[in-house]
Amino acid sequence: MSGMFVHNLRLGAASLRRNVLLTALMIMSIGFGVAASMVTFAVFRAVSGDPIPQKSSQLFVPQIDNRGPQYNRRGEPPDALNYTDAMALMRAHKAPHQTMLYPVGMSVMPADAQHMPFKASGYATYGDFFSMFEVPFQYGSGWGSEQDEGRTPVAVISRSLNQKLFGGANSVGREIVMDDHPYRIVGVTENWDPKPRFYDMFSGNAYANPVQVYIPFTLAVQLKIDTYGNNNCGSDGKRGDDHEGWLRGECVWVSPWVELNTAEQVQAYRQFLDGYAKEQRDAGRFSWAPNNRLRNVHEWLDYEGAVPPESRISLTLALGFLVICLVNTIGLLLAKFMRRAPEIGVRRALGASRADIYRQFLAEAGMVGVAGGTLGVLLTAIGMLGVGLVFEPHIARLARLDASLVLLALSVAIASTVLAAFYPTWRAAQVQPAWQLKSN
Amino acid sequence: MDIKPILSALRRHKAGTVLIALQIALTLAIVCNALFIIHQRLSHLSEPTGVDEPNTFVIQNEWVGTPTSQRVDAMMQEDLRVLRLLPGVRDATASNSYPLRGGGWDDGIKLKPDQVKDTTGSAVYFGDEHFLDTLDLKLIAGRNFRPEEITAMDVRDKLAPPVMIVTKPLADKLFPDGDAVGKTIYFVGNPTTIVGEVELMQSQSVERWASAFAWRSLIVPKRLAISLGGFYIVRAQPGQLNAVMRSAPAALFKSNPRRVISDEDGVLSYAQIRDKAYESDRGMAILMGVICLVLLAITAAGIVGLTSFWVGQRRKQIGVRRALGATRQDILHYFMTENLLISCGGALMGAVLAIAINLWMVTRFEMHRLSLAYLVAGVTILLLLGQGAVLAPALRASRVPPVEATRSV
Repeated sequence: MSGMFVHNLRLGAASLRRNVLLTALMIMSIGFGVAASMVTFAVFRAVSGDPIPQKSSQLFVPQIDNRGPQYNRRGEPPDALNYTDAMALMRAHKAPHQTMLYPVGMSVMPADAQHMPFKASGYATYGDFFSMFEVPFQYGSGWGSEQDEGRTPVAVISRSLNQKLFGGANSVGREIVMDDHPYRIVGVTENWDPKPRFYDMFSGNAYANPVQVYIPFTLAVQLKIDTYGNNNCGSDGKRGDDHEGWLRGECVWVSPWVELNTAEQVQAYRQFLDGYAKEQRDAGRFSWAPNNRLRNVHEWLDYEGAVPPESRISLTLALGFLVICLVNTIGLLLAKFMRRAPEIGVRRALGASRADIYRQFLAEAGMVGVAGGTLGVLLTAIGMLGVGLVFEPHIARLARLDASLVLLALSVAIASTVLAAFYPTWRAAQVQPAWQLKSN
Repeated sequence: MDIKPILSALRRHKAGTVLIALQIALTLAIVCNALFIIHQRLSHLSEPTGVDEPNTFVIQNEWVGTPTSQRVDAMMQEDLRVLRLLPGVRDATASNSYPLRGGGWDDGIKLKPDQVKDTTGSAVYFGDEHFLDTLDLKLIAGRNFRPEEITAMDVRDKLAPPVMIVTKPLADKLFPDGDAVGKTIYFVGNPTTIVGEVELMQSQSVERWASAFAWRSLIVPKRLAISLGGFYIVRAQPGQLNAVMRSAPAALFKSNPRRVISDEDGVLSYAQIRDKAYESDRGMAILMGVICLVLLAITAAGIVGLTSFWVGQRRKQIGVRRALGATRQDILHYFMTENLLISCGGALMGAVLAIAINLWMVTRFEMHRLSLAYLVAGVTILLLLGQGAVLAPALRASRVPPVEATRSV
């Protein structure tokens, strides 16, 4: 059997050599088709991946409609909470874990006066953030609920900020001065930067630069550190006349997250949200029926449109492109195989079975597939260098050529060629020996 | 030329014919839509901002610590004085945002205080009496702000400006009769009088979320004095842009070092701002262009390959026809016409497919309807491509000598 296989391969190679131009055309066609679809797929994969696969079905964004049907957007509650609702959810503590967060940007004063102050961006959040999102730590850990309640000036910094400020040494217990306030460092995170940054889609930070610092939410609000991200006030005008009024007003700017581990917990949390909204209605704040949402990470990313339309359009077009390349290959293989109808007739007349013909021609098609796939992988590699020309740099940076992509490119190439070879091979196997011999 | 024999010959090559037609159809469908996307993106790319772009740049200035609003206002006024005195600077202003920045403040406008829904949204720019000159905005009605009208505002203060300047598209939306200047509107719930109208100023973003209020912008006589910082927009004298982009941050640091101006993107020329804002449009146009070219090349190669095969297969018949008196011209015409017939069939299918794909994208990606011109252009390109691709094999066929008729295959 293996001897037969090698023989078929030899036959195929000889046949492919006989018509170099046609062979080259087929190989190029497959190569381009595979490369175009793989490059766009790599980008699509990068932007549509699950940023936290182990927990994406347990982390939820509660949304509460504080605008009402007159002012909300197409019946949906706003994408974030106002301060009142955020604090109510934290106080109620109805989920095993919950956190609120908003982006902050603070000026960091380096210890030695020679260096210029620089801006560090990060989040004001609660201690639960680190366990909920499974943030890996290089040194120390996150802070606890005592620090949240005590508004303690503590900070968690990133590995890269630690490198910049302390040369990478264990800085737990040391001090960092931000916006002229001293903070005690309690932890240094590893390079942790899920993409898209699912937990801050509200401020458009899905592909923002890595986070450098985290501070307690309660302290940040006390220090009147304003949001460095979005603040959405809607058009109902209840937005306050100063900082205090803004905190009490209906502008939304806080991203809420809760962790719910079982279906019962999810159900209970939904009921809690509806109950809360009813309370607000009874208190006269809302004049509409509860209109809440509880979306998990997948549903949230989908709702927020995390995958850029550019990426979807180009993936669609690239798949169409691959189909055209396959149609092209079918046409060329058909031409090639049918040209050898006389040879097939002779072989069949000499006792070769249909299965033999199948095996011989599929081997030949497989060789074209491997060659085309190899070319496709090469072109994919070249294409990946050019991704930056087509997609925005923060997205292009995510798309990588790795072993799985190479393997996928090769299998797509071979699978599609063999698929494309079936029809021409079937036609070749239908050749009637007698008819061919007669016409000669 | 009689097409009957061609049709009957094609019936004997059903598979090949269908494959070529299918390939032409798919290519046409994709090329039409790709050309359409390219044109849309390119026309988007060349939209004006209203700003004197070659001579303008923006500094993002952030303060160290959390100074009070009063303190920030004093520092901003000092910065603006330093910038305006700098050699090579024509004018400078401070704002919360600028056209093409990608984000900023937008808010709703009502014509009556008790109105429920906004009449329109608008981009909101903060500016002083130097704003129009710095951004090169043409005042077409009314007047500019007076220096005494400019006041400072902290981030969460109520925005209730007594006067504002609007762009013409916003004025036309609010008052279609063209008499916006002097009228009172309700902005964030407070009455405001329109004192001036400028010709053109783009919104802070060209992304989809901002398309509802594209070109509708307004300027409030305010300095946003907040500890987070803001933007200085600087217009240089012609030819001085590069020099001023270097000297301005240095002068600001010399006057007051308690600030952060990022090395990376703290100082941006309008060319850089435009590149960044339209990155995805440009990328999409490039991608579509490359896909179109490769696709056309592959389709052409496919036609060459399959026609070459047919020519090879029919050498004997061609020889017979030649021996029976057909000229070289006749043979050439035969293959050209054959390709034209297949291409027309493919183009017909492709046109239907192109419209179907477009309709799908209209619903899926909020794109516009495909105009007929693209279909016509696509069909023309593909018919010409087919004729070009078939030329070489057809010429080869026409050179088959009549003696071929006597040879066996």
